Amino acid sequence: MFEKALVGSKRYWTWVAFLLALTGIGAILYLWQLKVGLKITGMGRDVSWGFYIGNFTYLVGIAAGGVMVALPFYLHNYKAFGRIVVLGEFMAVAAVIMCLSFIIVDLGKPMRAFNVLFHPTPNSILFWDMVVLNVYLLLNIFVGWNALQAERNDVPPPTWVKVLAVFSVAWAPLIHIVTAFIYQGLPGRHYWLTAIMAPRFLASAFTSGPALLLVIALIIKRYTKFDPGEVAIQTIGKIVTYCIIINVAFFFFEVFTSFYSQIPGHMQHFKYLFFGLEGHGIMAPLMWISIIGMITASILLVIPGIRRNETTLALCCILVVISTWLDKGPGLMAGGFIPNPLHEIVEYWPTLPEALITLGVWALGFLILTVLYKIAISVHEEIEA
Amino acid sequence: MEVNRRQFLKSIGLFTILGIGGWSAFELLVPGQIEAQYARKKEALRAKRWAMVIDMTKMDEETAKRCIEACRRIHNIPDFYHPVDPKYKVDPKKARRWEIKWIWLEPFEHAFPDLEEKFMPESLKEKLFVVLCNNCDNPPCVRVCPTKATWKREDGIVMIDFHRCIGCRFCMAACPFGSRSFNWGDPRPYVNYRNPEFPTREKGVVEKCNFCAERIDKGLLPACVEASNGAMTFGDILDPNSEVRRLLREHYTIRRKPHLGTEPQVYYIIM
Repeated sequence: MFEKALVGSKRYWTWVAFLLALTGIGAILYLWQLKVGLKITGMGRDVSWGFYIGNFTYLVGIAAGGVMVALPFYLHNYKAFGRIVVLGEFMAVAAVIMCLSFIIVDLGKPMRAFNVLFHPTPNSILFWDMVVLNVYLLLNIFVGWNALQAERNDVPPPTWVKVLAVFSVAWAPLIHIVTAFIYQGLPGRHYWLTAIMAPRFLASAFTSGPALLLVIALIIKRYTKFDPGEVAIQTIGKIVTYCIIINVAFFFFEVFTSFYSQIPGHMQHFKYLFFGLEGHGIMAPLMWISIIGMITASILLVIPGIRRNETTLALCCILVVISTWLDKGPGLMAGGFIPNPLHEIVEYWPTLPEALITLGVWALGFLILTVLYKIAISVHEEIEA
Repeated sequence: MEVNRRQFLKSIGLFTILGIGGWSAFELLVPGQIEAQYARKKEALRAKRWAMVIDMTKMDEETAKRCIEACRRIHNIPDFYHPVDPKYKVDPKKARRWEIKWIWLEPFEHAFPDLEEKFMPESLKEKLFVVLCNNCDNPPCVRVCPTKATWKREDGIVMIDFHRCIGCRFCMAACPFGSRSFNWGDPRPYVNYRNPEFPTREKGVVEKCNFCAERIDKGLLPACVEASNGAMTFGDILDPNSEVRRLLREHYTIRRKPHLGTEPQVYYIIM
C-alpha cells in the first residue's frame, strides 16, 4: 500500500516538501544542540524541563485521544466511525512518534537512551512511560495498517487485528495515566502533586485529540474525495464538547482546593501563572488565553446551532486545540517549576533554536501523518472507484 | 605475506572461538573477576548511615565560603561567572541558569521556606545558611531515575554514575531541595582548578554533592567538614555514641522540609 504515498498531486508534494524543509531546519539545529549541549535552550537549573517536555505531554494526549473514535467503533460497533477510525489510529502513530522524538531531543545524552533498556528500573515512571508508549505505537501501526489492508481487499479484518484493536482501546488511557504519574508523584512540586492530574490529563486528551482529528478530517474533506461522514463529524463534535467541559471543571476543582484551603504552597503556582509573582509574569497572558479559550469553547459548543455548523464547529475545535495546548504544554511546565523548591522565581522562555527544533519535531510528525493519511485516503478512493 | 579470503576467515573464526573460550575459562576459574570490582579499602571510613550536623552558631559567612571553595576545588566544579579563558564569557543571566551547585549559601527564608515567620528576627531571616544535597534516606531522585544512574549506597550516600546518566533530568524535578545540577554545556572551560583525582563532567549529565564519598573511602572526612573549623560534624547517625548523635541529643535541630518524608540527613543547629 505504501506506493500510494509516492504518487500525488502537486499540492501533496508541495506540502510534503514544506514539512521536509521544516524537519530539515529542526534536524540541523538539533545537530548543533548535540554538539554544544542543551545550553542553546532557555532551560536552566530552576526550570529544567521546558518546551520539549511540554509538547511531549500534550502529544501523549493527542495520541490517547484517538481512542475516542476507536472505542465506539470496536466496542460498540458504532458504524458511523467506520471511515474515520483509521485516521484516529494513524494520528496516534504520528503523535507517539513525536512524543518519542521530544524525549530524545530533551535528553542530555541521547546516545545513552538505551540505558533505559539495559538497566530496566521498574520504580521509575519514565521506564513505564517508555513501555506504554512503545506498545501503543506498535498496536496502532499493526491495527491501522492491517484494518486498512483488509478494507482494500474487501475482506473483514482478521480476528487477531480485532483483538489487538480492543486491546489498544484499553491501552490508550494507560499512556496518559502513566505520563501524568511522571508529574503527580513528586514531593515538593505542589502544582503537580495532585490526584486529579491524571483525570485532568485524560479529559484534556479526550477533548484535544478528537478536536484535532475533526479539524484534520474537515481539511481532508475539502481537498480530497474522502468524506468521513456527517454523522461521524457531529458525534466527534459532541465528544469534544463533553470532554472540554469536564476539563474546565477539573481545572476549577483544582483551583477550589488550592484557594479554599488557603495553603500557600498550593496557591503560589496558580498565582504565578495567572497574575505573576514579585513582578515576574510572562506566563499570565498565555494562561488567560488558555482558560478563557477553554471556557468560550465549552459555551459555544453547547449551543446546538454552532455545533451543527461545520465551520463554527471547526473553529471551536481549533480553539480547543490551542487552549488545551497552552494549558498542558507551557502552562504545566511553568506551573510546576516556578516558583522553584526554594521559593525563588526564575522564569523560562524557549529560545529560537529550541522553538525551531520543536517545530521540526511537529513537522516530522505531520509528515508521517500526511504520508499515512495519503495512503488511507487513496485506498478509500480506490475502493469507491 | 599474502592472506587469502579463506585464511582470513579461518583466522577470524579461530580468534573468535579463543576469545569466547578465554572469557568462559576466566569465568570458570575466577568467577566475577573480569567484571569491574568495587571493594571498600581498609582505611575507608565506615558507617551504617552517614549524616551531617551544621552548627549555624559557628558557621559565619567566611567559614562557609571556605567550605564552598574547598568543595569547588576538589570536585572540579565549574564557575560560569569566571571562565578560564575570557572568550568563554557568558552573561550573568545564563551563568545563573547553568550554575552547578554542590554546596552553596541560601538565606533562611529560601533554605527553609516553610519555616519563615513574618515577625521573626531579621538577622535570622536573612542569615545565610549552608545548603547541600541532603543525601536523603528515602530519596525521590533515586526512585525516579530510569537507569539506576543515581542510587543509594549501603552507608546512605546518594551517588551518581556520570557514565550512565542519560540526562533526562527527572531527578531534578523530583528533588525538593534544588540540590541537583545539570551540565547544560561543556563545564570544562569554566573549571578553574583541576583536581586530577576527581573526574570532570561532560555536557548532558546531572551532578550533585556526594558527601565526598571518594574521600570517605580513603579515610578522609568530607572536604567541607574539614574546612569548617568544627562548624560541620559528620558521622554515623545510627551509632548512639557518635559525635553526630551527641549533638542531636544536646541541641534542638531542624532539617529542610522534613514533612515531605524524604528523610534528609543534614541537620541544622540554629541557636
